[in-house]
Amino acid sequence: MSAIELKDLTYIYSKKTPFEKRALDDINLSVEEGTFLGIIGETGSGKSTLIQHLNGLIKVQNKKVSSVVVNGLSATEKKTLKQLRFEVGIVFQYPEYQLFEDTVKKDVAYGPKNMKLPQEEIDARVRRALEVVGLNYDEFAERSPFELSGGEKRRVAIAGVIAMQPKILVLDEPVAGLDPVGRSEILALIKQLQKDVSPTIIMVSHNMDDIAMLADRIIAMYDGKIELDGTPSEVFCNREKIKEIGLDLPLATRLRDKLVEKGINLPDGIVTPAQLEASLAAIKNGTAKDEVGGGDNV
Amino acid sequence: MFRDISFGQYYPTNSLVHKLDARVKLLLTILFVVVIFFIKSYFGFMLTAFVLIVIILTARLPIISVLKSIRGILFIIIFTSLINLFFVKQGEILWHWKIFTITKVGVHTTIKMVLRLVLLISGASLLSLTTTPVQLADGVESIMAPLKLIKFPVRDVAMIMSIALRFIPTLFEETNKIIAAQKARGASFDTGGFFARAKAMMPVLIPLFVNSFRRADELAFAMDARCYNATDKRTKMKKARIGFGDIVALLFMLSFATVILLDRYYFAGVGITIDYWIFGDLL
Ligand SMILES: Nc1ncnc2c1ncn2[C@@H]1O[C@H](COP(=O)(O)OP(=O)(O)OP(=O)(O)O)[C@@H](O)[C@H]1O
Ligand SMILES: [Mg+2]
Repeated sequence: MSAIELKDLTYIYSKKTPFEKRALDDINLSVEEGTFLGIIGETGSGKSTLIQHLNGLIKVQNKKVSSVVVNGLSATEKKTLKQLRFEVGIVFQYPEYQLFEDTVKKDVAYGPKNMKLPQEEIDARVRRALEVVGLNYDEFAERSPFELSGGEKRRVAIAGVIAMQPKILVLDEPVAGLDPVGRSEILALIKQLQKDVSPTIIMVSHNMDDIAMLADRIIAMYDGKIELDGTPSEVFCNREKIKEIGLDLPLATRLRDKLVEKGINLPDGIVTPAQLEASLAAIKNGTAKDEVGGGDNV
Repeated sequence: MFRDISFGQYYPTNSLVHKLDARVKLLLTILFVVVIFFIKSYFGFMLTAFVLIVIILTARLPIISVLKSIRGILFIIIFTSLINLFFVKQGEILWHWKIFTITKVGVHTTIKMVLRLVLLISGASLLSLTTTPVQLADGVESIMAPLKLIKFPVRDVAMIMSIALRFIPTLFEETNKIIAAQKARGASFDTGGFFARAKAMMPVLIPLFVNSFRRADELAFAMDARCYNATDKRTKMKKARIGFGDIVALLFMLSFATVILLDRYYFAGVGITIDYWIFGDLL
């Protein structure tokens, strides 16, 4: 069974006004459990609108045509809406702006409390969530979230979502506005979360390098439609289309193209620095072998 | 920028009404609102409704956008009309039960009050539907200009007003975002009694306030960085001018006001006679 099934999903904002905007246009998508799905697309392409359908924050507009089913739960079903909300954890853009409690501990406990879990379970989950995001419980639990650094706030906010232990974790630009160290720490954390807490992860990002590195599968959106869908290598090999929909190639792919221009014969489908390095190493070894064998390559 | 806000938000159609000078629109709106309180007869109400519809059509607004603004005060309308209906105790009694009495005068007072409120709100909403917040703030500044003589800080007030107006949609958007985020953590805002609901709003209100202060700080820095100084003489990028259309609008509204006032004071009764002529025994 796939974790997420979207059928013919269309969504129009401000219907029948001059502000009318077709944010999603006939989206069909099915995501297998255990996938790390990356969503890319230029500003306003409908990414946030799409993910908010997954836990029923945005209601399916045309129930006759469209359907949203997550882990067997229909998003149009009122009775299971709460359950759906706990099944799909969404970390919004700049989640630190949603902190509200006077201590970190209480803020992280907000979600589990709404799940009506017993107090010991809540405490255990808060402790675990804080440790998972790399914040020492004893050091941070009693501090006010408003006096933390930006990166620490972000971690607290993410902890607030993973404390609900959602089976599907959705992150909308989780590293926007962080410094390079903060970025790589949070990205590493997300990869870890997939192993520890939420097997299925969906991440929206404007950074092609991050997405190429983390995702198993990428969908590229443009004007409310899914224009590309496949593994990172497949998606980023489609250079024309990527350019057409206002996106960029990962640095490693661009570097590979430049090197190919200079006459170095690298395979296509390189999207991460590691792959590039491996290919280059292979060539070097190959060349070395050739030299040993007295070949005529230079 | 303006999202799903349903009360008197700006509705661009590039009509003649939209192009009127904001000051003129502001004054005419005030005139309209005042005049509404002088309406006495049903004839007067019909005339006002007619004028309103003419304006709405000229502005090329969908009627629904105007009616939406009434939705906000629906509760007040219902509440006051019930009070009026049951507690005005003059004239012929139509119905009586315990302390509740409905009289003919009560019914008419109620109907007229509802009409008055509906016309009032629709009329006032036309201003915000056809004028951008910035134009409105400039208009206010220009109208208040004489107050500078008594050292009233007109410029500051106008700047405060335009900033406030500018941030209404931002605050709405932000509120929606925070609500979404807390809902994603299982918050529910529509269950429980009054206090439970008020308490459920705290996770929304606190971040909203915190963010507003942060934003106010940022804005102050940004203004400072661009050498904003409220006491210096500032010039406008767009200078408003009174044009032909403004004069037409002015004359149109003045004649409307004259008819209503004449109906009330001078020809006292013409409207009422027409009322009798139309509604007969119902009155
Ligand atoms: N509440 C709303 N009311 C009206 N229009 C909206 C609303 N939210 C989004 N839109 C519009 O719908 C389109 C899709 O928006 P969405 O937020 O899904 O884009 P996005 O891909 O997440 O963009 P970004 O990368 O900037 O976050 C945009 O054109 C946007 O202007
Ligand atoms: Mg977005």
